Amino acid sequence: MKPFLKTTLMASLIGLSAPAFAGLAYVSNEKDNTLSVIDTETHEVVETIEVGKRPRGILLSKDYTRLYICASDDDTVQVLDLATRKIVDTLPSGEDPEQFALHPNNKHLYIANEDDAIVTVVDVTNKDVLAQIDVGIEPEGMAVSPNGKWAVNTSETTSMLHWINTETFKIEKNIVVGQRPRHVEFTNDSRIAWASAEIGGTVHIIDVDSLEQIHEMSFKVPGVNQDRVQPVGIELTSDGKYAFVALGPSNHVAVVDARTYEVLDYLLVGARVWQLDLDKDEKYLYTTNGVSGDVSVIDVEDLKVIKSIKVGRYPWGVVIDPSS
Amino acid sequence: MVIRGLKALALMLVSGAMFAPAQAQTVDVRMAYIQWVPDPGPILSNVIPEPEDAGLRGAELALADNQTTGKFLGQNYQLATALADSAESATQRFAEMQSQGVRLFVTNLPAATLLALTRLAEPDTLIFNAGAKDDSLRTEHCSANLLHTIPSYAMLTDALGQWLKQRQWEEVFLITGPTDADKHWASAFRRASKRFGLEIVQDRLWTFDADLRRTASKELPLFTQGADYDAVVVADVRGDFGEYVPFNTWLPRPVVGTQGMSPVAWHRVVESWGAAQLQNRFRELASREMNSEDYAAWAATRSIGTAVTALGKVDPKAIRDFLFSDGFQLAAFKGRKLTYRDWNGQLRQPIPLVHPRGLVARAPFESFLHPDTTLDTLGFDRPESACRING
Repeated sequence: MKPFLKTTLMASLIGLSAPAFAGLAYVSNEKDNTLSVIDTETHEVVETIEVGKRPRGILLSKDYTRLYICASDDDTVQVLDLATRKIVDTLPSGEDPEQFALHPNNKHLYIANEDDAIVTVVDVTNKDVLAQIDVGIEPEGMAVSPNGKWAVNTSETTSMLHWINTETFKIEKNIVVGQRPRHVEFTNDSRIAWASAEIGGTVHIIDVDSLEQIHEMSFKVPGVNQDRVQPVGIELTSDGKYAFVALGPSNHVAVVDARTYEVLDYLLVGARVWQLDLDKDEKYLYTTNGVSGDVSVIDVEDLKVIKSIKVGRYPWGVVIDPSS
Repeated sequence: MVIRGLKALALMLVSGAMFAPAQAQTVDVRMAYIQWVPDPGPILSNVIPEPEDAGLRGAELALADNQTTGKFLGQNYQLATALADSAESATQRFAEMQSQGVRLFVTNLPAATLLALTRLAEPDTLIFNAGAKDDSLRTEHCSANLLHTIPSYAMLTDALGQWLKQRQWEEVFLITGPTDADKHWASAFRRASKRFGLEIVQDRLWTFDADLRRTASKELPLFTQGADYDAVVVADVRGDFGEYVPFNTWLPRPVVGTQGMSPVAWHRVVESWGAAQLQNRFRELASREMNSEDYAAWAATRSIGTAVTALGKVDPKAIRDFLFSDGFQLAAFKGRKLTYRDWNGQLRQPIPLVHPRGLVARAPFESFLHPDTTLDTLGFDRPESACRING
């Protein structure tokens, strides 16, 4: 009995020291200059990693070995090695990088330079800057379609979606949307793009073949002043069933039927909910809540908030490593 | 320039304008900025002077913002500027520009000059007031041609009144300076104190004319002697003596109002809701910090840009209609969409409460309710204003 206990204890100790065994979520803390690492089974913060100044957008390399971090006030993109959790490299990013998107080729990183009205394209393998593309004022959201054809940038003060051809790095279409567009999310088949407009209070559904808007949604959270309903992050389930829309200072996440665009529910989360990510089984949705400094965990099947996890100050982005 | 320390071998600068989809034709948007700020007279606390181009630089920044958007849509914005040295020359420049066909004006002018402009205005001329805070322009002397992006004295003092109430610092010592503006500010504060249930336990006029830089520590404690109070409220709009009140009060009490902690339209310490980006852009343009007049001129010029983007044309009447429609919302870095009050043309907006190096709070506060929008708990609400500029 006794030796057996000892072995299990040892095994669990080994388990703790080898983080790759647990599912992991990474959260950028804008005002703490850190990343919080959350174990997605226990829903606890297991490590806090110091990174560059004002970390905002974060994303995983397509092989899940590296995490790219926009260190906005350092004017750089940092590269975190996930095995060692050390910053191993930096990329030229242009000034004040806020959000970015990686092309499916795992090479071309599209970075929105908020202060310069420019999108910078960097080859992450050799750090070549491939292009700098003039866009509207305060470029913010960046997305690349899963088929790799389009890169889309949102410019907040210009209120446009700029559609960039990923072969020529040229803008082919500008679509005016609601005020302060923040985020773009493509469906897996690259046919539909969802774009949020924070001040407009709207989400715009764009047909990618025609590059025309096919639907515009707005939100009404019961008991919340309409001014505070500000869509930001969007996450789509891969089965095409749900879209989740973070509604900023309304402190709610909208659950939307992704086929009919009907709002099914509003879930109360932390204060100023910003970005969202699903875990690999799409069982849980994680939200960053900037003002309350925590992450809410939503059970996708029950559509219920099951936990909030305290992280650093002003959590901004969240990504979950599906390989972990 | 934009990229630092990189291999620029494969760099190509792609101009958005060159590759923007073909537009029908270029639309010219002609705007003008007129400023006249009367000399405030000798000021005791002149250590940190106010910038002379306050307002102008905000309009210039918004011009650049409009232009960037316009280049994707075939819209070309122009801003003629006039920095006048008298009320007469400001009025004359307005008349000249209007006769040359300009219909969209952004101004930083005293109330009386502004009223002179509205009397000369063509029916389709639109004037944005980015300087005069006088409540009378929002309650009785309204004009269908006149919109206000600078908050009124009542909006500022209501923000302060709400804050004092929610801190439960309800008994205040009010010091009012000698100028008309000081008296306007103070009467706005008296109104706020009635609205929010504060008590002005001492209401005193500042009449001393000694040099407080030598004797503040001796004079102000005596001046603020009195029964107990929770806070001292200063009404010193031009910043003459007010800077010497903090830390020199008889009782150890905070100082708020035009000095100490102040309600403002804008300040360098505002950084949330993307404001950091606006502050950065402004600093790069003007090599100084953005203030309330800059912000108001920026908001006015951006209101025009936002309307032109949505309408695709520059008809000033259509712009005015759009600004008062449900379709208009100004994204202006205050965390909420800003709209114009249809009865008096005032831009609704949250009011930051700041001290020189930090943000204290932002009005309106949650416990102050309103049936339409809590932003209308600040300033003269529809039933309190005689103005009905939209009928």
